[in-house]
Amino acid sequence: MAALGAAGLVSVPILTVAWSLTHPAWAVWAHLWQTQLPELLLNTVILVVEVGLGVLVLGTALAWLVTACEFPGRRVFEWALVLPLALPAYVIGFVFLGLFEYAGPVQSALRGWLGPWVRLPDLRSGWGVALMMTLVYYPYVYTLGRAAFAEQAPEFLESARGLGRSRTAILFGVTLPLARPALAAGTVLACMEALADFGTVATFSFRTLTEAIYRVWHGMFDRVAATQLAALLLGLAGTLLWLERLSRGRARFTHGRRPAPPPVRIALGGVRALGACLLCTATLGLAFGLPVGQLVLWAVEAVARDSVPERFARALGQSLVLGGGAALLVTAVAVLLAYAFRRQPTPLVGVATRVAGLGYALPGAVIAVGVLQPLSWLDRALAESLERLSGVSPGLIVTGSAAGLLFAYLVRFLAVGHQSVEATLARIPRSLDEAARSLGARGGRTLRMIHLPLARRGLLAALTLVFVDVMKELPATLLLRPFGLETLAVVVWRRTAESLWVEAAVPALALVLVGLGPVLLAMRVVGAQTRRAGGGLPSP
Amino acid sequence: MSLLRLEGVTKRFAAGAPPAVDGLSLTAAPGEVLALLGPSGCGKTTTLRLVAGFDAPDAGVIEIRGERVAAPGWIMPPEARGVGVVFQDYALFPHLSVEANVTFGLAHLARASRARRVREVLDLVGLVGLEARYPHELSGGQQQRVALARALAPAPALILLDEPFSNLDADLRTAMREEISKILRASGTTAMFVTHDQQEAFALADRVGVLNAGRLEQVAPPFELYHRPGTRFVAEFVGAADFLRSMVTEDGIVSELGTLARPPGLAPGQAVDIMVRPDDIDFIPHPEGDVVVVGRQFHGDEHLYRLRLTSGARVHAVQPSTTLYPVGTRVRVVANLLHVVAFPLDEEG
Amino acid sequence: MLRPSRMRIAPGLAMAAALMVAVAATPAAAVELLLYSSRHYPKEPAFEAFTKKTGITLKVFNASDAELFERLKAEGDRTPADLLVTVDAGNLWNAARAGYLAPVDSPELTTNIPAYLRDPQGRWVALAVRARTIMYNTTRVKPDELSTYAALGDPKWKGRLCLRNSSHIYNQSLLATMIKRYGEPRTEEIVRGWVANQPTLINGDAKILEAIAAGQCDVGVTNTYYLGRALAKDATLPVRPFWPDQAGPGVHVNISGAGVITQSKHRAEAIKFLEFLSTPEAQAVWAEASFEYPANPQAPAHPLLAQWGTFKMDDINVAAAGEFQAAATKLADRAGYR
Repeated sequence: MAALGAAGLVSVPILTVAWSLTHPAWAVWAHLWQTQLPELLLNTVILVVEVGLGVLVLGTALAWLVTACEFPGRRVFEWALVLPLALPAYVIGFVFLGLFEYAGPVQSALRGWLGPWVRLPDLRSGWGVALMMTLVYYPYVYTLGRAAFAEQAPEFLESARGLGRSRTAILFGVTLPLARPALAAGTVLACMEALADFGTVATFSFRTLTEAIYRVWHGMFDRVAATQLAALLLGLAGTLLWLERLSRGRARFTHGRRPAPPPVRIALGGVRALGACLLCTATLGLAFGLPVGQLVLWAVEAVARDSVPERFARALGQSLVLGGGAALLVTAVAVLLAYAFRRQPTPLVGVATRVAGLGYALPGAVIAVGVLQPLSWLDRALAESLERLSGVSPGLIVTGSAAGLLFAYLVRFLAVGHQSVEATLARIPRSLDEAARSLGARGGRTLRMIHLPLARRGLLAALTLVFVDVMKELPATLLLRPFGLETLAVVVWRRTAESLWVEAAVPALALVLVGLGPVLLAMRVVGAQTRRAGGGLPSP
Repeated sequence: MSLLRLEGVTKRFAAGAPPAVDGLSLTAAPGEVLALLGPSGCGKTTTLRLVAGFDAPDAGVIEIRGERVAAPGWIMPPEARGVGVVFQDYALFPHLSVEANVTFGLAHLARASRARRVREVLDLVGLVGLEARYPHELSGGQQQRVALARALAPAPALILLDEPFSNLDADLRTAMREEISKILRASGTTAMFVTHDQQEAFALADRVGVLNAGRLEQVAPPFELYHRPGTRFVAEFVGAADFLRSMVTEDGIVSELGTLARPPGLAPGQAVDIMVRPDDIDFIPHPEGDVVVVGRQFHGDEHLYRLRLTSGARVHAVQPSTTLYPVGTRVRVVANLLHVVAFPLDEEG
Repeated sequence: MLRPSRMRIAPGLAMAAALMVAVAATPAAAVELLLYSSRHYPKEPAFEAFTKKTGITLKVFNASDAELFERLKAEGDRTPADLLVTVDAGNLWNAARAGYLAPVDSPELTTNIPAYLRDPQGRWVALAVRARTIMYNTTRVKPDELSTYAALGDPKWKGRLCLRNSSHIYNQSLLATMIKRYGEPRTEEIVRGWVANQPTLINGDAKILEAIAAGQCDVGVTNTYYLGRALAKDATLPVRPFWPDQAGPGVHVNISGAGVITQSKHRAEAIKFLEFLSTPEAQAVWAEASFEYPANPQAPAHPLLAQWGTFKMDDINVAAAGEFQAAATKLADRAGYR
C-alpha cells in the first residue's frame, strides 16, 4: 500500500503531463504539424537510436575489455572509464564546440597549416549531438555491463568452451546474451537522458522534441501546448521501456550455485593490446580529459583574473546537502517500490512503478511545472486552514521549499534509482526471501538483514547515480529552489547563459570533482566486495 | 491428533490450466517422516509451498497442530506458521556466517539462550567448529547441514525439505541420507520432504505419498507401496513392473505364469492385469522351454533379463550377477509372487 | 477537528508552517526587496549603488523568464517578490499581460525614459537599451555593401550569413517588431530571403561574433553589448556593427527593463528602486558594466560604444515585441527559419 501511495504521488506530475492531452490545443498542433513536427519527431527518433547504439557498442566493448581481458593499463581504465559520469552534458558539449567549431583553435590551426579551404565536418548536426551524448552516457552501459560480466559464473563460459566454441562465438553466444538485461537497462537510461536533454541539443542547434517544447513554451508562451508536446516524449519513453521488457522476454538471468573464482582474463598481446589501450585512452581522453583539461585552463585564467564567483563555496555546500538528501530519498523510494513488487508482484504495482519512472524522459523544466502546480494547490489549502486556525497568513510553505525541490528530484530521477535497485534485487534468489520468512522474519527484518546487505552494491550505484544527476540538474532547481539557495549548477548556468565560460570554470570544475568522489568510492567498494566474496551473489 | 492435515487442497496457477495440486488430502502424525514422491511437474513442490505458506491454495484447508493455516480466502503468512524449510538450493544467506545463518530464526530468544540453541543444533548436525565460516567456504554436504540446522534451530513442529539431496554427488547423497534421517529422528521433528527419487523416499520416510498430475495416488509405508501398489501408476513409478493380461476364475487368477491365488474383491470372469516385478520371476534354461531370452543388461550386482512369453508378452527377471545366458536361450519360468496385485481392465483401461 | 488529522498526515509540514509563521511574525529590521530576475550578470554595480544610497538591500532570485512566470503564477497572491527584472520587452509584455506587474505612476520615470521604451500603461520601464544590429567582418566586408535587415536576403550573402536560431527571444522580438511595422506578409518575405541564403545557425550571439571574426561567415545579426564585451577583451577583433535602415525606421532595439510586482509588499521602495535606476548617474554605472546603451538619453554611453557613432533607433514602442511574439515564432516556422 505504501508503495502504491508513493508511486501514485510520484506519478502525479507525470500524469498531469499526460492528462494535458485530453484538451488538445488544436491550433498549435496543426501549426506544428504543418511546419516542423514530423522533422522534429524524426530527429528525436534518429538521435535516440544513434545514442542507443553508440552507448551500447562503446559501453559494452569497454566493459568487456576491462573484465574479460588483460592489457596494459587495464586496472586504471577499469575505474577511470566511469569518470565521465560526473560531467554535465552541457559542459562537454560546449567544450567540444569551442574547440572544434570553425572559429575554434583546432580548425584555425588547421587552416593556418593547410590553407583556408580546410574545413572539418560541422559538429552542429545530428551526429555531433549523438557523439556528445554517447561520450557522456556510455558509462551507464559500462557500469552496469561491467558488473554483469564480472558476476557471470565461469561455468557458463567453461561449458561453452567445452562445447568447442571459439572465443568470439562465446562472446556473442553466451557472454553478451547473459548480460542482456544489464546492457539493456543502461541503454534505456541513456536513451531517456537523450530524450529529456535540452541543453546539448540547444547548444548544437539540433532540433528535437524538447526544442519544440521550449519553442512553444518560451516563444509562444503557451505552456499548455508545450506540456502536450512533452506527452509525446512520454509516449516515446514508454515505447523504450516496453522494448526493454520485450528484449528480456521470459528468460531468466539469475545464475549461480558456487561463488565465482577470480576470473581468468584473456591476455591480449601485440596489436590487440594496443588496440584495447587506444580505445580506452581515446574514450577517456575525449569524454573526460579534454573537457576537464579545458575547464582547468579556464579556471586558471579565472583565478588569475580574480573572477571566481563569490558565493561559490556556499553553493558547493548546498549542492552537497541537496544531492545527498535527494540520493537518499530517491533510493529509499526505489527500494520501497522494487521491494513491494518483489513481495507481491501485482500488475498494479508494476504499472504504477513504470509510470513513476517515466519522469526520467521528461525535461526537468516540464517536471518542475508539473510539480509546481500540485505544490501551489497544497500551499493554498494549507494556508487557508492555517489562516482559519491562527488568523495569521503564513505565506508559502511548500512552494519554493527544499521539500518541493526534493520531490521534483524524486519525480525526475526515480527511474535511475529504481533501475539499479531492481537489477540487484533481481539477482537475489527468491528462496532467500522464503527462507527468511519461514524462519519467522517479517518483511522489514528480511529487508534489513537480507536484502539491503546483499543489494548494497546496487544501492550504492543508485545513490551515486542519483547524487551525480542531482548535482548536474538545472531546470527544476532553477524553478523550484528556495530563495537564497544556489547549487553549483545554478552558479555555472548564471555564467554560461551569458557565454562567460571562464568565469564558470571554477564552479564547473568543483561540480565535476564533487561528482568524482562518490563515483570513485562506489567503484572501490564494489571492487573490494568482488574480491572478498568472489563476485556477485554466492549462493550455495 | 495429526500434526499436519491437508483436506481437499487445490492450487491452480492460471485460470483454465489444469490444477497443479488437485483435491489433495493428507495427514502426518507427530514425529512422522513423510515423503512426497512423484515425477517432475506432479505437484509435489507446490504442495510443499502451500504447506509452508509461500503460495495460497484455491480450495481446501491446511491445518498444522490442529490450527488452521490456510482456508479459502485466508492464509496465515509463512513467518507465523513455525514451519522450518530446507530449500533445494539451501538458500543460505551468503553474507552471513554459519552461526549468523542459524541464529537468524532465533530472534525471539534471549541472547544467552540463542547461543545455547545454536550450539545445540550445530552439535546435532556435526558442524561445531565451523561457526565463523561463510557459506561459500563450505562443501555441498556442509552447506546442506547448515540449511538443516538453520531450519531446526527454532524447534519447529514441522520441517519441510525440498529435494534435499538433488545438489549432492552420488556417494555423498547416500551418506547424507543416513545422516539426515538420524538427525530428524534425534530431533523428533515431524518432516515432510519432496523427492523424485524412490530410493531416497524409501530410505528416509515412514510413509510415502505418490503424486501424479496433482493427485495423490497412494500414501503408504514403503514396503506396502512397493508390494501392494494401489494403482498402476504407483506400481510402475515405484520399482520396475510388468503387467500380464490374466483372467479371474473360481480357482484363482489364470495367467501365463500359472494360476495364482485370487485376492478378495475380484469376481470370476473379470479380465485383469497382474503386476510382475523382476524379482518375482525365476527361470532356468531348458531346451524345451517355450520362453525365450530376448535381452540382457548387466547391472554389476545382477543381471536384468528380458523374456518373451508364449503369447509374445514381455517380462523382466533378475538373475545373480554371475549367471550368463545369451540372447535366444530357451528357458522355463517360475513365478514366486508373495501376493497378487491385479488391476481390473475396465477400471484401468 | 482538522488539526489532529493534519498533524498525523504531515507533522513535518505543520512544523514547517509553524516556523514560517514565526518567521513572518518577526518585525523586519530593514526593508529588503526581492527581485525575480532573468538577468544574471555576475555583478550589477547599479544595484550596489542603490543599496549604498538608500540602505534598502536587494535579494536576487535568478531563473529564465518562462520559469519565473510559472513560479509567480504558482505563488499567486502570496508571492514574496517585489520586482521583476528581465531582458527583452517581449518578456515584460507577457508578464504585464498575465497581471504580474502593477502600473506605476511616476513623473520621474516618464521624464527620464522615452515613451517608446515604456509600457503605455506604466507597468514596466526600460533600464537599458541594446541594439540588435548587423555585424560584419571588417577585412572581408565594406560597410557600403550593407544597407537594411531586408537586404541580408540579397543573393550576394548566400553562404556568408550567420544567424541565431529563431527560437531565441532576441530574434523573435526582432521579427515581432518587423511584423508590427511591415505586416506579416512583408516580414515573411524578408525572412524567406534570409533563409534562401542558407544562413549558418549558431545558438549564441557571442559565438556568432567569433564565427564572423574567424571568417566562417562575413555578416551576422547580434546584440551590441556582446561586441562591446568582446572588444573589451580583444580590441583587434575584426568585427564592427553596421547601423541598418537609417533611411527607414532605424535600428531594432530592445531593452533590459523592470516592473513592480502586483502583490509587492514594498511598493514604495520598489518604485524608488526603478526611479533610482533611471537617473543619469545610475544609468551610467549600469551602461559601464553591461555595455548596453543607457535608456535615459541624458546618460553617456560607454566610451567603447561611443566610438561606433550615434544612430537612429526604431522608435516603435518595444511592447510590439510581446504583442507579436507568438506570431513571429509561427512565421519563422512557416518560413523555414529554424
